[in-house]
Amino acid sequence: MPDTVGEVSKGLADHEYLADEGLATSIFLALRLQRPLLLEGEAGVGKTEVAKVLARWTGGELVRLQCYEGIDASQAVYEWDYSRQLLHLRAVEASHEQVDEDELYSERFLVKRPLLRALAHDGAVPPVLLIDEIDRADDEFEAFLLEILSDWTISVPELGVVRAEVPPVVVLTSNRTRDVHDALKRRCLYHWIAHPDFERELAIVRLRAPEVPELLARDVAAAAEALRGLELYKPPGVAETIDWAAALATLGRARLDEAAVDATLGTILKYREDQERARAHGLAQLVRAAVARGA
Amino acid sequence: MAVAFGRVLRGIGLEVPVGATLTFAQALGCVGLASRTGVYWTGRATLVNRPEDIAGFDRAFAVFWERRPGSDDVVELPPEEVIIALDVPGGDEPVGPEGEVGVDAPVVTLRWSAREILRHRDFAVYTPAEFVEARRLMSDLRLASAQRPSRRRKRSRAHRGTPDLRRTVRRSMRAGGEPVERAFLSTGTRSRRLVLLLDVSGSMEPYARAFVRFLHAAIVSRSRVEAFALGTRLTRVTRELMSRDPDAAVRAAAARVADWSGGTRLGEGVRRFNDDWGIRGLARGAVVVIFSDGWDRGEPEVLAEQMARLARVAYRIVWVNPLKASPGYAPLAQGMAAALPYVDEFVEGHSLAALEELARVISQ
Repeated sequence: MPDTVGEVSKGLADHEYLADEGLATSIFLALRLQRPLLLEGEAGVGKTEVAKVLARWTGGELVRLQCYEGIDASQAVYEWDYSRQLLHLRAVEASHEQVDEDELYSERFLVKRPLLRALAHDGAVPPVLLIDEIDRADDEFEAFLLEILSDWTISVPELGVVRAEVPPVVVLTSNRTRDVHDALKRRCLYHWIAHPDFERELAIVRLRAPEVPELLARDVAAAAEALRGLELYKPPGVAETIDWAAALATLGRARLDEAAVDATLGTILKYREDQERARAHGLAQLVRAAVARGA
Repeated sequence: MAVAFGRVLRGIGLEVPVGATLTFAQALGCVGLASRTGVYWTGRATLVNRPEDIAGFDRAFAVFWERRPGSDDVVELPPEEVIIALDVPGGDEPVGPEGEVGVDAPVVTLRWSAREILRHRDFAVYTPAEFVEARRLMSDLRLASAQRPSRRRKRSRAHRGTPDLRRTVRRSMRAGGEPVERAFLSTGTRSRRLVLLLDVSGSMEPYARAFVRFLHAAIVSRSRVEAFALGTRLTRVTRELMSRDPDAAVRAAAARVADWSGGTRLGEGVRRFNDDWGIRGLARGAVVVIFSDGWDRGEPEVLAEQMARLARVAYRIVWVNPLKASPGYAPLAQGMAAALPYVDEFVEGHSLAALEELARVISQ
């Protein structure tokens, strides 16, 4: 359990995640107050990464629940292994014994899905529960989730109540395709992850893609920042910047140049209209400005 | 102190639930009051719920913690209430620059009741008394919606389809373990999201008031509706219109929209919508309804391009034009003509009857 925000920043940086002070504070509070953390932001800014790094840092297991529309308790919490149950019934019947319902609904046939796994965890270190893209799930699931996040208990009717002695560290991510319900937001601490500034993005690229030469990394970070100012349909996120830098390094470039940008534009801009807009703006001009900025 | 700050934030319009101030105080206990940035980020994590609130939070924090005189707009009084309902002039002026007032020739036959006449009368020529009556009728509007298959499976009585293993196993207990009775699942349906974009420029003046009522009826009567006001900029008014009381809702929305009765830049507005909301998925698979007369100060190419973008993700686009019902109307205005190829349904919106028809079109 960290004592200061600084400890959190250092711990995350040791595991290759550079968090700004705001994010580090939110994570610190989430750990100390034992509240879930809701991370919102555009695609590619590193929301899911936070949970992965937290798991690496704290040493807890990462339990991931990927949400989608229509997800319900049977996919999220638990399900009975029906096929095995039916086979068991047949086997019992073949040996002419009586069918015992308790035996049928026992731990042996219980398939534990992420939420139950996170709560029933009995290791020393609490697991990190990542609930990814909660905005894709529907309202019914959110209401159900809220109940679990408030009480940290799940009741399986046939088996009993499962309670977590130490609540897991919960990280929820959302792309904001719709507003997450107020009740759920109230339960969580909230942080909006924005695109990083030039210095931080440069530091991230250097950390995540160390094979990229220093000057190329500077150019790429400057170019990405410039592209974000171009009013694109989908401004590039940090993940795309890292990919782009790695791609250029693979092609053997030491600095950014127009031909290379033209060839690798699809790595950083994923919409045809965005690529057209960047070309209309002028790739040569983009490169010149980036090199000037990065120097 | 934490409670006082929470009150300041509520005063400038952020929604801060009571529990949040408690959490804030608790969190301050962990982080400590030593560093300003520490306190700032603690407040951000516990008191702010949406990115739109961040700017207001920054201003309030600057004033509250530093005791620094903020800029003029920090000490905000609640905005003036704009009563938009009752000052419809009796003998009205022409609607817009084109000077056309769409009027249904009042069909006065003995069979028609006063209510029937009201339903077909153009909003632009309402008297205040008629407006009150129309508001009452409009609050009775119930909007169904287009349905699409949901991903949730539910129990069904059918005897074919995807097997429902859970129920089958339970039923087999009755037969000693033999799955004699089999249960199945079927897909449910779910209503499509409804996105309403209302042009609030000057040329739409008498109609905009009525349409805001329609927006409110839509939001209140069903779920998954979003409403935006398009003028010189795009304003989201869904939350303001959520209150059950129509007058309060309309007042709140009017207060929120700063560019009421200004100019229009339709292309820009739709572009803002696409960039900020549509591409994130709000418009995906949704029924999008645009209330506008098509008079646009911006370039028609921008509107055409943005409508194309919108058409690629939306399920249907319905354009409501109050001028359509005027005799001899043809969509010649540049904005309208540019947008028309991407519109699936082009309907009138000049009277209550037209709005009822719109409700029917939306539900298809």
